[in-house]
Amino acid sequence: MKPKRDLDFKAPASMEEIPFGASFPAGHLVNPNSGYRTFAPKFDYDKCIHCLFCFVYCPEGAISKEGEKLTVDMDYCKGCGICAHECPKKCISMVKEGE
Amino acid sequence: MGTKAFLSANEAAAHGVRLARPKVISAYPITPQTTLVEKLADFIADGQLDSKYMMVESEHSAMASALGVSMMGARVFTASSSQGLLYMCEMLSYVSGARHPVVMADANRSTATPWNIYGDHRDAMAMRDSGFVQLYVESGQEALDTMIQAYKLAEDPQVMLPVMVNLDGFTLTHTYDLVDIPDQDDVDRFLPPFQTKMKLDFDNPQVLCGTIGPAFHTEGRIQQCEAFEVAKKKIAEIDAEYAKMFGRSYHGMYEEYKCEDAEQVLVATGSLAGTTRVVVDELRAEGRKVGMIKLRSFRPFPKEFFASISGKYKALGVTDKSISFGFDGTIYGDVKASMYGNCGTKMANFICGLGGRDVSKDMIVEMFDVLQNLSDGKSEDEVQFIGKRW
Amino acid sequence: MAIVFKDLPDEELIYGQKSCQGCAALLAARLTMKVLGKKTMLACPACCFAATTSVYPESAVFVPNVVTAFPALASTLSGMAVGGEAMGLDDDVTYLGIGGDGGTVDIGLQALSGAAERNENILYICYDNEAYMNTGVQRSGATPYGASTTTTPAGICSKGCDNTFKKSLFEIMAAHRVPYIATASTSYPKDFMEKVAKAKAKKGTKIIHVMAPCPTGWGYSGEKTIEIGKMAVECGLWYLAEYEDGKYKLNMEPKEFKPVETYLKAQKRFKHLKEEDFKRIEGYRDADWERLRRLVQM
Repeated sequence: MKPKRDLDFKAPASMEEIPFGASFPAGHLVNPNSGYRTFAPKFDYDKCIHCLFCFVYCPEGAISKEGEKLTVDMDYCKGCGICAHECPKKCISMVKEGE
Repeated sequence: MGTKAFLSANEAAAHGVRLARPKVISAYPITPQTTLVEKLADFIADGQLDSKYMMVESEHSAMASALGVSMMGARVFTASSSQGLLYMCEMLSYVSGARHPVVMADANRSTATPWNIYGDHRDAMAMRDSGFVQLYVESGQEALDTMIQAYKLAEDPQVMLPVMVNLDGFTLTHTYDLVDIPDQDDVDRFLPPFQTKMKLDFDNPQVLCGTIGPAFHTEGRIQQCEAFEVAKKKIAEIDAEYAKMFGRSYHGMYEEYKCEDAEQVLVATGSLAGTTRVVVDELRAEGRKVGMIKLRSFRPFPKEFFASISGKYKALGVTDKSISFGFDGTIYGDVKASMYGNCGTKMANFICGLGGRDVSKDMIVEMFDVLQNLSDGKSEDEVQFIGKRW
Repeated sequence: MAIVFKDLPDEELIYGQKSCQGCAALLAARLTMKVLGKKTMLACPACCFAATTSVYPESAVFVPNVVTAFPALASTLSGMAVGGEAMGLDDDVTYLGIGGDGGTVDIGLQALSGAAERNENILYICYDNEAYMNTGVQRSGATPYGASTTTTPAGICSKGCDNTFKKSLFEIMAAHRVPYIATASTSYPKDFMEKVAKAKAKKGTKIIHVMAPCPTGWGYSGEKTIEIGKMAVECGLWYLAEYEDGKYKLNMEPKEFKPVETYLKAQKRFKHLKEEDFKRIEGYRDADWERLRRLVQM
């Protein structure tokens, strides 16, 4: 399970809610990174040998190996293409968003 | 009941630190602070103090590691002087903004150039806006007592500000006097162990010293300002509580000495207050109506008090062991500003644009509206944050 | 400890950060935390890592962490380690510092030297993207010869950065006789993570200097981050080594270096370099390797 965004986050509405001494909760995600992305990875699972290069090399950690198939958290994939570039079986292609 | 010993102010301050039981001491040597940190090393070596001693490679690292210690929720102490304090400067602002109750001693010394190891207040005054509470002591006894009070103040949940205890280089740090040393049990009752939620903690993972952009930066600064206002009250309360327990009082933020019927009064700070006290007594014996105001807390500054004595004396002198080049002595500027009520022009202070927050035309109009109110005889807060959220 | 990819935890402890696409600095941090796990207290100074992880209300670091001042990573981290010990925290807590090359070999070097000399119980990871990337690609003490940066722009009168060698953090820290130092690369994740695991198991000051290619500052397309990092090692302009128990060790010694030209030409920052420059860089490389080989024989 990848960390999830705090969809209920509300900006401070009073002095009491201002982060005291610039301290605030660790591991707290509000905005997605999907806006970085022009191309998205698409897996051809038939060719995947589960070598996990993509899982290891992904700077975002957006690829999950928990299930039977590798999956990508599209909230946090930036579409850099490292996974496709490093895949020894060339089973990941980068597809333009919206196509 | 405590014990008595013949101590320099540095040694007395070290006893104060020992009695406050910091878990860690981090320091780098500089004259005239050295005998203070040496004494602490002695206490640890002799088993009188159970602390870890970090012998860091610079003052910058002394304050940075003190921050690291404080972030683990541990009580910490550091000390410096002069160039060393200036070298620490970056970390002072870091510690105060992060609201970590680090207590330090500054053995006040001039700053180069010219190279000079002797005492004045140019080092601490250069740190005026660092966000540290600045207390100045008159004697070794006051150094010891203030060190303990400083921890109580810094760690008060409503305060949470770092404190710098200033003792004049050589004049105090290296001169000896008879000092009462309180018992550990009594100090433990006065100063309980440090407790905080704002620490690095696996059960409550936090970012400390994070980045806060224009959207909420100003409000954090307002919190800091409010803490200084609270500190004004707490300094007096803590001093009163200390007096009850240990029989010695320093009158909170300032002391009025023989001012009641005085015509000429001098404002004095640190060891100069001791000398002035003597002179006041002597001149009084000659029949002259003189008095002294001892300024113990420079930050927070007792501006309400100074405003209240505007017009009270025939003449008021302010001593300064520092200069704000291109203006006046540093304390004089503050005293004058506090007493401005006599100047005939109504004034207000607008603080705005902190941390990159935009200052809009509407806000400028708001400022003119406040000035209009003042001109029409309406009352307004003197210092106002413009563009604050709430 | 051998690292096997399939045994790595799926859980991410650095996640959702706002770095550029293909950023190896944040990859280094992510892989580090995969090995160290949750019992880690993390500090970083002003750098790409801080700027992309800890801007309120976002926090991409899932363990207790602090952003400290630029020169103060090793000193703040020292205070945390000593404070943690004073507060009775468990012995197996890792006090991890993550800082960039400028924050380490330039402005943070004094604090790191002090911490290493005191042998503080810290793990310090320097991700090296070979310039001040967070402030916009200015030259640092780790910028290599010929790199065009915003403060060493290539031009008619300039070949770019004129450092004849990258300041050797590895050798500087070895002179401090700390228990463990390694160089690594994000393009060799197994090697890198095994070094992190080895460092975690040791007491005292541990330092890992990891090469982390930067698409934005180096001028190549983000998907090539791993490839570029491998090219650096294959052509001998970066090396994988360890210093442990007073001994130096090379983890990978190419029999024959690939031409530096291929590596350099793949990056915009070197695009102005000519044949004679490649020769010169190969000369610097060979001298460096001669030193390294001598150290290994010590």
